[in-house]
Amino acid sequence: MTDATAPEAAPPEPGSLFAPDARTRRRNAAERRFRAYGLGAVILSILALVLLLTSVIGNGAGAFRQTFIAIPVTLDAAIVDPRGNRDIEEMKKVTTIGYGRQLEASMVAAVAAAGLQSEGISDKDIAGLLSKEAAAGLRNRVLADPELVGQTVEVRALANGRVDGFFKGRVTMESAALDSNITPEQLVLAQRLREAGLITIAFNPQFLFGPDASELRPEAAGLGVAILGSAYMMFIVLVLALPIGVAASIYLEEFAPKNRWTDLIEVNISNLAAVPSIVFGILGLAIFINFMGLPQSAPIVGGLVLTLMTLPTIIIATRASLKAVPPSIRDAALGVGASKMQAIFHHVLPLAMPGILTGTIIGLAQALGETAPLLLIGMVAFVREFPAAPPEGFFDPASALPVQVFNFTQRADPAFVERASGAIIVLLVFLVAMNTVAIILRRRFERRW
Amino acid sequence: MSLLKLTVSSLAVVAASAGVAAARDNIQTAGSSTVLPYATIVAEAFGENFDFPTPVVESGGSGAGRKKLCEGVGENTIDIANSSSRIKQSDIDLCAQNGVNEIMEVRIGYDGIVFASDIGGPDFAFTPADWFNALAAQIVVDGQVVANPNGRWNQVNPALPDQPILAFIPGTKHGTREVFDEKVIVAGCEESGAMEAFAAANGGDEDKAHDMCMALRTDGASVDIDGDYTETLSRIDANKNAIGVFGLSFYQNNTDKLKVATMSDVVPSVETIASGDYPVSRPLFFYVKMAHLDVIPGLQEYVEFFVSDEMAGPDGPLAAYGLVSDPELAATQDMIANRVPMGPLSN
Repeated sequence: MTDATAPEAAPPEPGSLFAPDARTRRRNAAERRFRAYGLGAVILSILALVLLLTSVIGNGAGAFRQTFIAIPVTLDAAIVDPRGNRDIEEMKKVTTIGYGRQLEASMVAAVAAAGLQSEGISDKDIAGLLSKEAAAGLRNRVLADPELVGQTVEVRALANGRVDGFFKGRVTMESAALDSNITPEQLVLAQRLREAGLITIAFNPQFLFGPDASELRPEAAGLGVAILGSAYMMFIVLVLALPIGVAASIYLEEFAPKNRWTDLIEVNISNLAAVPSIVFGILGLAIFINFMGLPQSAPIVGGLVLTLMTLPTIIIATRASLKAVPPSIRDAALGVGASKMQAIFHHVLPLAMPGILTGTIIGLAQALGETAPLLLIGMVAFVREFPAAPPEGFFDPASALPVQVFNFTQRADPAFVERASGAIIVLLVFLVAMNTVAIILRRRFERRW
Repeated sequence: MSLLKLTVSSLAVVAASAGVAAARDNIQTAGSSTVLPYATIVAEAFGENFDFPTPVVESGGSGAGRKKLCEGVGENTIDIANSSSRIKQSDIDLCAQNGVNEIMEVRIGYDGIVFASDIGGPDFAFTPADWFNALAAQIVVDGQVVANPNGRWNQVNPALPDQPILAFIPGTKHGTREVFDEKVIVAGCEESGAMEAFAAANGGDEDKAHDMCMALRTDGASVDIDGDYTETLSRIDANKNAIGVFGLSFYQNNTDKLKVATMSDVVPSVETIASGDYPVSRPLFFYVKMAHLDVIPGLQEYVEFFVSDEMAGPDGPLAAYGLVSDPELAATQDMIANRVPMGPLSN
């Protein structure tokens, strides 16, 4: 088709076939221009992508590495077990504030033991190098094993977000002088502790597996609950949207009579695919929470809402791939005596499978990145408790990955900027993984005629 | 084909799991994004120190939170609404209509609203009248009501720097905007005498004059920010001439990027707000659905813990984050212990 040219009506002008005439030159120039536009468009989109990725990775890579402080802590029975009877219920009355005092004393002792000068810096400032998370970690450890009371244990805790920022270059001596949350003296001490080997920078599993944290401790914030919540929702979307979507498409494509009703349904499905996702959130709030009485902030509601959102995508993709199966296959199956259902399930559907799977995974990836509908069903929230194992866990409060990105960007502490970009990286990794699976499935099952 | 089996089994899973939906054992709260950081700090400490699960804290705005609180009684409704402004009669009516009859009002402390500009810029010392004359749509010049002619701060007040007027103020959906309007713009309107001139121009109609005070110019000098303070901060970062409106706690977490302005010669701080010297502050509240107190485990304990001296006192973590501790905290603690529901609104 492309190289077929219409025969010219006028007799060809005399001239060389090798030296192009003015019209040929014009046409060739138009083609070169068009190629240049296309190339420009591609380069522009690649640049935008590179810019986005560098900014996200540049900001977020730091979130995976974190500053830790390791100090020996002698658990003073007078503080952690004032009654001295090692009774768990009694010991629970000592709050994290009590453990904070214990850590403060240990931190000061550790700094002195390392032979570091600490004049002009109060005990509170020395303890301030530690994350406020440290006290909670120590408390849980002691409550899990009351035998530790009176012993000296090695505590490896996160450093305060500002100290971490200092080693990552986010906080400088100049900014610390203006900052009300950290002093240059504290940073000098931190630098000396680093030289003494008490402060180390290492991979931080808590960012991937830990729960969210409040504004007072950005260094401890993690994505665990969000990843689990997203996984639960994706599972619900998959088990609901795939069978329902495929069943609907098979019926519409193969069995439904072609009349005004099916036309109407078809138009509506196409329209649904273009409905803004927040509308599904409103629907979810009205039906699943207010009418059906399902709990707020739960992955089951999120999953149901996202199922509704994903269904049109899956139906459209499935119908397209069913249509793409040549009619000769159906005819051959019917010709040798297969029933219509046998023809479809034994012959048409397996051939359409790659397209269906691709559509499903793309729909899932879209659902994974969705925040707006979750806003209305209470999933855009601060959730620290991990949901239980399914099926009970579907009804426990949970967060979701894109929601966590949104939450992090709203926080006041600048350390959350890094966390937000780190969360975006995790989200992108999941999306790339899902799309890769889609491509692999398509390659593996694709058949050509 | 296993498709049918898959469908049946998935439906079975959903049906089975619907059966195990047990009673809710976690506290759910929603509301003001100003109260959110404080609520998350308390929720986190509560989860760590008590045997109850960590409460879920949603944001979404004061009004939205109160509306959710008033949706009804039951496990799929929230227990607590955080609010940066006092509950309105319309909310109470909605509550009553939906069977939420007893609500407990808990004041957790005070929050200051500060004006800050880029750290590299000049110092500002404002009065409410300066803000009114800079941002109002109409001001009074030589006894005449005219459209605001001021383009630079030193035209407003010769003592201010020679810098174009550009202010990022909270959008109208924020509770902060209400306080800004009342305590800065309207106060400045009265202070500069414009209120009287407006009233005179309208034949003594004070409501009309009040509305005229609050009408801000729309020529780009005043920009509404509908997002959070982080957005205001990044806008100031991009435009060094601008002045932004922030919460005190946000400013305290970003003192290396922002320079705070004084208001009527008072530097905003926890101390000056507690003493009442700094004029632009407001109380923060949360509202508890009392019907849930003995139903949701830990709710009473959470409410008590929130306003305990340990958390909300002057040396607690909330004060460290920027909350101005309430001098009447002890009375609030008594009220919670005795479970006193709030009475009718006084005004």
